[in-house]
Amino acid sequence: MQVVSAIREPLITGTKTLKDVSHDISRQVEGKPTRLWWMAFGVSLALLSWGAYCCWMLLWHGIGVWGLNKTVGWAWDITNFVWWVGIGHAGTLISAILLLFRQRWRMSINRAAEAMTIFAVICAASFPGFHMGRLWLGFYWALPLPNTFGSLWVNFNSPLLWDVFAISTYFTVSLVFWYMGLIPDFAVIRDRAVVQGNKIRALAYNALSFGWQGGAKTWMRYESVALILAGLSTPLVLSVHTIVSFDFATSVIPGWHTTIFPPYFVAGAIFSGFAMVLTLLLVTRKVFKLEQYITVYHIELMNIIIIITGSIVGIAYITELFISWYSRVPYEGYAFYNRVQGPYAWAYWSMMTCNVISPQLFWIKKIRTSIVATFVLSIIVNIGMWFERFVIIVTSIHRDYIPSSWTMFYPTMYDVGQYIFTFGIFFTAFFLFAKFFPVINMAEVKSILKSTSEKK
Amino acid sequence: MDADKHFVVGIYDDEDVLLEAIRKVRSSGVKIQEVYSPFPVHGIDEALGYKRTRLPIAAFLFGMTGTILALVMQIWMLGYDWPMIIGGKNFASLPPFIPVTFELTVLLSALGMVGTFMIVSDMKPYKWPRQFDIRSTDDKHVMAVDLAVNASKSKDELKRILKESGASEVNEKSFE
Repeated sequence: MQVVSAIREPLITGTKTLKDVSHDISRQVEGKPTRLWWMAFGVSLALLSWGAYCCWMLLWHGIGVWGLNKTVGWAWDITNFVWWVGIGHAGTLISAILLLFRQRWRMSINRAAEAMTIFAVICAASFPGFHMGRLWLGFYWALPLPNTFGSLWVNFNSPLLWDVFAISTYFTVSLVFWYMGLIPDFAVIRDRAVVQGNKIRALAYNALSFGWQGGAKTWMRYESVALILAGLSTPLVLSVHTIVSFDFATSVIPGWHTTIFPPYFVAGAIFSGFAMVLTLLLVTRKVFKLEQYITVYHIELMNIIIIITGSIVGIAYITELFISWYSRVPYEGYAFYNRVQGPYAWAYWSMMTCNVISPQLFWIKKIRTSIVATFVLSIIVNIGMWFERFVIIVTSIHRDYIPSSWTMFYPTMYDVGQYIFTFGIFFTAFFLFAKFFPVINMAEVKSILKSTSEKK
Repeated sequence: MDADKHFVVGIYDDEDVLLEAIRKVRSSGVKIQEVYSPFPVHGIDEALGYKRTRLPIAAFLFGMTGTILALVMQIWMLGYDWPMIIGGKNFASLPPFIPVTFELTVLLSALGMVGTFMIVSDMKPYKWPRQFDIRSTDDKHVMAVDLAVNASKSKDELKRILKESGASEVNEKSFE
């Protein structure tokens, strides 16, 4: 028997019945898309087409169209890669870690967050893919497949190869986790379509739901699967960004080879991931009128996670500075002096302002419960986290050991185009998801309705 | 009467009533075919007397397969098939092989377990389920009692037992 807590706020407001939940959440799947949706979708498609042109130019001419040079061999491509992977962390974190900790507030937000994860990882993976130049040969270069180039295998000692395994495993497991959660909800839409007499929709959603029926035995197995997937995904979430940080940490470049990178990258990933979840959900709840499911309480809890992870990131920045001074390694010291004082100081201080100072505003209850302030700050955090990756990558390599090879990095139109391309993929996919898939996990919300929706 | 064709179906509105009803119905000697719910009701497996699922064991075995596969693959490829010294490390040195081993363990465990779940639960994209009541995915809990299995009791008696256990409706359902 569940007990209503006297000190916690209700998770679902308004006195909703089980039928209301099915109705409210299936509504936009069943109805025609709104004008706002078409406009947003059109803009995403425009971004996607412009980006696709830039990708085509890159494939045709090679990566020389990017602004990379002899000194700065990695710039926007890996910055964007790490940024997108970081964004992709909140979804599985919300689903898996919060499931294990029995945090029931995750239930209204996990579906959209997981979708965000899937699309963000696709965007991330496109960068190393395009960086290989000949994308269509990428499988042979990245996976241990028998090939005709000679019996040379991939290098399992390389963090770049660990990345291939980490990202593809993360993508696959997150996709499976997300889809497993969708199956019962597809069945709801199927059965509603049968009642409404829409045969095509019923057939389509039955195929998507794998003929789900919701028997007690199936639910029992299903819950067991969900719990184990959560148990498997939890170390996976932590391992993926740890491995991404190894790309830098196992190198010998001053500013990169630090043991603080794995935990610091993971915290940064969760920080940026939650910021992006907030950006998307604040729009989604408004457009689809889901204010009673994604309440201010949910937003406040996510903002608290942003304070925690933002503070961890802040401490990591200060620790890096301290260690570079304390280690007395001149190269390490110069790398950090150059970040703070050098030609990219503007990027460093943008990062500091966006990531260290701005999330601290959430200590004020009025700010962390304000929709507008949360929306603005979530975007600021995302900008800050992009600068963090840019600062780590470009400032560490643009001035190397020989001053004659010191240089600056200037992005070309194609660097920008590739970044726009991933925004196109991300938003096109997210809008299609929001139209055709239920954006909130109906089955899970139904299971907590009784104990959490009562009025105080 | 053919088994698996004719059913008495009880509809319940509330999960707490349902749990109590399952106990009552079972204690009066009725075998319940299955209970369908729109969301997972905790404790229902115990009430129905289901054994714990062995899917965790399947997950573990698939995971171990992944571990072994990854280690054998890496040690064979870099240690024996084409040995190369990279960064002064041994041909087959264990620590750099751990990340890939971990990832493959998780990958095979997750995919294997979900595949097993789909197979044991008989879920396929083209399969149309045999529904006792279409509201079972929306807002009702549905209890199906097979008439042939409970041949010792009459249809009316079964209906009365379900009604007394708290069902808001009791219907009949036959399949071809």
